[in-house]
Amino acid sequence: MANIYKIKKGLDLKLIGEAEKVVGEYKPAAYAVKPVDFSGILPRLAVKEGDQVKAGSILFVDKHHEKIAFTSPVAGTISEIMRGPKRMLLEIRIKKAQQDDFEVFETKHPSKLSAEEIKDILLRSGVWPGIRQRPYAVIADPEKEPKAIHISCFDSAPLAPDYDLIVHGHGEEFQTGLDALSKLTKGKIHLNVRTGEGVSKVFLSSKGIQINYFEGPHPSGNPGIQIHHIDPVNKGEVVWYLRPQDVLTIGRLFLEGRYNPQKMIALTGGGIKNPKYYKTISGAVLDELLASQLKEGNYRIISGNVLTGSNIGRNGFLGYYDSQVTVIKEGDYYEFLGWMSPGLNKLSASRAFISRMFPNKKFDPDTNLHGGERPFVLSGQYEKVLPMDIYPVYLLKAILAQNIDKMEQLGIYEVAEEDFALCEFVCASKIEVQAILRKGLDMMQKEMS
Amino acid sequence: MKSLRNYLDKIKPRFQKGGKFEKLQSTFEAFETFLFVPNRVTTQGSHIRDALDMKRTMSTVIVALIPALLFGMWNTGYQYYLSRGIEAGFWATFWFGFLKVLPIIVVSYVVGLAIEFVFAQIRGHEVNEGFLVTGLLIPMIMPVNIPLWMVAVATAFAVIIAKEAFGGTGMNVFNPALVARAFIFFAYPAQITGEKAWVAGLNHHAAIEGFSGATPLSQAASFSLDKIPSLNDLFYGFIPGSIGETSKLAILIGAAILIITGIGSWKIMLSALIGGLGIGFLFNMIGANPYMEISPLTQIMMGSFLFGIVFMATDPVTAAQTDTGKYIYGFLVGAFAITIRVLNPAYPEGTMLSILLMNVFAPLIDHYVVEANIRKRTKRTVQNVNA
Repeated sequence: MANIYKIKKGLDLKLIGEAEKVVGEYKPAAYAVKPVDFSGILPRLAVKEGDQVKAGSILFVDKHHEKIAFTSPVAGTISEIMRGPKRMLLEIRIKKAQQDDFEVFETKHPSKLSAEEIKDILLRSGVWPGIRQRPYAVIADPEKEPKAIHISCFDSAPLAPDYDLIVHGHGEEFQTGLDALSKLTKGKIHLNVRTGEGVSKVFLSSKGIQINYFEGPHPSGNPGIQIHHIDPVNKGEVVWYLRPQDVLTIGRLFLEGRYNPQKMIALTGGGIKNPKYYKTISGAVLDELLASQLKEGNYRIISGNVLTGSNIGRNGFLGYYDSQVTVIKEGDYYEFLGWMSPGLNKLSASRAFISRMFPNKKFDPDTNLHGGERPFVLSGQYEKVLPMDIYPVYLLKAILAQNIDKMEQLGIYEVAEEDFALCEFVCASKIEVQAILRKGLDMMQKEMS
Repeated sequence: MKSLRNYLDKIKPRFQKGGKFEKLQSTFEAFETFLFVPNRVTTQGSHIRDALDMKRTMSTVIVALIPALLFGMWNTGYQYYLSRGIEAGFWATFWFGFLKVLPIIVVSYVVGLAIEFVFAQIRGHEVNEGFLVTGLLIPMIMPVNIPLWMVAVATAFAVIIAKEAFGGTGMNVFNPALVARAFIFFAYPAQITGEKAWVAGLNHHAAIEGFSGATPLSQAASFSLDKIPSLNDLFYGFIPGSIGETSKLAILIGAAILIITGIGSWKIMLSALIGGLGIGFLFNMIGANPYMEISPLTQIMMGSFLFGIVFMATDPVTAAQTDTGKYIYGFLVGAFAITIRVLNPAYPEGTMLSILLMNVFAPLIDHYVVEANIRKRTKRTVQNVNA
């Protein structure tokens, strides 16, 4: 008997620029791994500019967990190591060589390997960072066994890619990845799929897993929301979660004996001429693709979706965890008496604008803040878009007050920035909800370690 | 608009740090952002943001207040001409009231905003929009004969003591507008009670025979039940009272605006209504004095009960903030409002005191609601450890 979870709270933002289900190829010459993509790590560089690397060669490791390796997605030369303020490591750029070359890993089927052996291969090859954990929403701690592993098989974010399309025809890799993961937990592996037609057979016919159905608006596709409803994280427990593309990469690791982080991304948003899907490799530079696809104008390039992605600029690289690039207008304009207008074209979750009378209207949003930052004034706003049994404003206030006990009591172990992204979107006081939450998660992790 | 924008851009540096008028930076910003939604873009977190901001929120509340305000102006004229026995046309009536009410609004806004601007500059942040609503609520809950200096003093007291002393918008415990009224109620009771306060001119001239300026509440408090106006008059608002409170129809239009836009909490309004009606029924059953025998429907139509639960109890900062808490808070506001007015004749208007009282208890109600959530989570953890 399948479990069906109905999510009632939340918000589906309808935006223009959804990717058409057509797949192109995109294999540019430059790639990068960005330490800033990974919350809470302290990178120790293992390469210098000019070094030759293969796919799967270690670029840097985490000083906290030296076993966790971050490896090169392609074979080539380290062209540039970018640093920011205080010499913070920003990007390790690799110029791809003509010839593919890769570090060789064992090609045994996971069922013939012990848990320790599997873990070592995952850690060494560079696929481990794809496995994340709650609490704290960071890379999984290899020393701790998870009580369950969750794989969200759909993305409910605005203009999100269709995972059913992405995994289509990759059943063997997916199953092999699941087999490897299943050795790492005594608990269940949960595949959380959307209700309705069109769910890929790759998910539904997987073995050794439990299928859970989810229904309802964003953020129903967030693993945090799913875990909260299926089996919440309690103090002292650890749950792992990954995205289907990372399971495929793990599968390929054991089938092909190499780190092969190819992925499919959706190029979306109002600033793209022909939004569609592309087969590419993790960390790909996007400028060549944007050169032909970007419309004229002042646009922001976001690796990820509009709620949680990062602004990477025109010459930026695809983020490690992202399967989507969204391009939207910059909103650096003044609007005369804008707060007074009836608001036919105003994107809002509230009913204070006329646009709410057209529920199917698609919006072309921009990055304007639409107001000034204020203290918390309205109540009940966040709760409408957060389908969790958690009081978000109280949790955020506990973080601002640096009250560790209260943070724990109010459920900080269960949440991540992405779960609160809609709270930030709807906030009439324009409070930086995700940044505050990340501060709290970091504070908590430091306190508990 | 381009030329206006250019002009603002030109003079802006003078108001910024190092400029000639840097002390007026907050004031300049307040006017600038009033005219133009700023060009600021998101830097971290969500790249797109909801079009709803504080200005939109507060202006929606003001729109919701407009029907009651306009009727209040007209009724001020209507009551005046009634008291003098003069027939007057619609526009003449409205104009008379407009001229009476406008100075009160101007005084409230000028005093309140001046203080807000000063505090914003001292604190170094933008001027908050909260006072736009407070500044209109204050005149609407005043008797029309209130001396203007008293409005000024009460507004200053409310903004400084009830709001800025607590840390400004979002941090205050009490609804500032109600504090202004409570201040006058306790400091200058003569001006806000009795029969002469509510009808323009009555404090100077006698009314024609047969006209009493008494509000339905004071009629009820003196057990003159036969003098309470008909339900119709109570509903449409052809009665003496505070400027904005008399027309229940206009208030209901405002309530509809708040509920449809989602800016005001229907949970608080509904539960307060149930609380008020419930206590009204209870008093009916006890029936120990004539006041208790007034029907619950008449009870909620008298005085500022509806105005209070629609516009004052729903103030998001001072009300309960959790959903469960809102039901409890609202119910108690309604119940106490009727209880105070019936059981304590010294305070004919219980709504004001009831809301202020519940403002104090709102954080406590929320505390228990949140505690319940915490207990649930703790229990889950303990069970898991034992299992």
